[in-house]
Amino acid sequence: MAQSRALEIQEKKELVSKEEKTVPGRYFVPAADIFETEDSLVVVMEIPGVEKKDVEINLENDTLRVEARIDYGKYDGLDPLYAEYNVGHFTRSFALSSKLDQDKIGAELTDGVLTLTLKKAKEALPRRIAIN
Amino acid sequence: MLLSDPFDALVQFQQSLDAFRASGWLNAGPSAGGSYPPLNVFRKGDDIIILTEVPGVRKDDLEIQVKGNTIRIAGRKAVQYGEGVSLHRRERTSGTFDRALTVPVEIDAERVRAECRDGILALYLTRAEHDKPKSIAIS
Repeated sequence: MAQSRALEIQEKKELVSKEEKTVPGRYFVPAADIFETEDSLVVVMEIPGVEKKDVEINLENDTLRVEARIDYGKYDGLDPLYAEYNVGHFTRSFALSSKLDQDKIGAELTDGVLTLTLKKAKEALPRRIAIN
Repeated sequence: MLLSDPFDALVQFQQSLDAFRASGWLNAGPSAGGSYPPLNVFRKGDDIIILTEVPGVRKDDLEIQVKGNTIRIAGRKAVQYGEGVSLHRRERTSGTFDRALTVPVEIDAERVRAECRDGILALYLTRAEHDKPKSIAIS
């Protein structure tokens, strides 16, 4: 995008879940982009403050579930003076189409952005039919 | 492990945020409260730590300047999708930002340290030696 728009704060969305959390801490729903390329579906999520080792990606019953935990320990000994955003874990689930090859999921974490690449199953790829 | 949320303190703190804003801790500077990126300010001993969430902003696209006790955080955030993709959902935002804030303590500009990791920018501000309170021994 060529235009340079001024960025505005996106208020963090708190998780409203059917199941109740029993662990301490508030959960937020990360902002996500979903797009499709020729051979895969890509899900991009913003999870600032989460380290690679604290990201859990689960796939069960066609549901892709991402849980990303921040390390509260990093705030030990820090007294808040002023706050504009809240801090908490992130979680979000996505219902997957069966047309995805669920064995091939690539995950990459860069600068607080998690990119999941889900390959399309072979039968879902477009085929060109030659006319005799 | 405790079952209580150590961040209850922060939540309560945020509820009293308005009072803090009115307190003038962050002066209404050129672009103080409410602009991107959102800031949390902490105190650690004599020093001040400013944390801000900038997921997807590359280190090279950030510019930090310090003058007196004013800090400027500028940069741009790009969101790229590549060629020929079809977009199903778009929640992430992109654009430029430029924010200045003035802290109500004198800081040592030479010793300001910035770190950017996992989408969190941390600025460590050291309070100027001459600004630190002196303990007075009672004779």
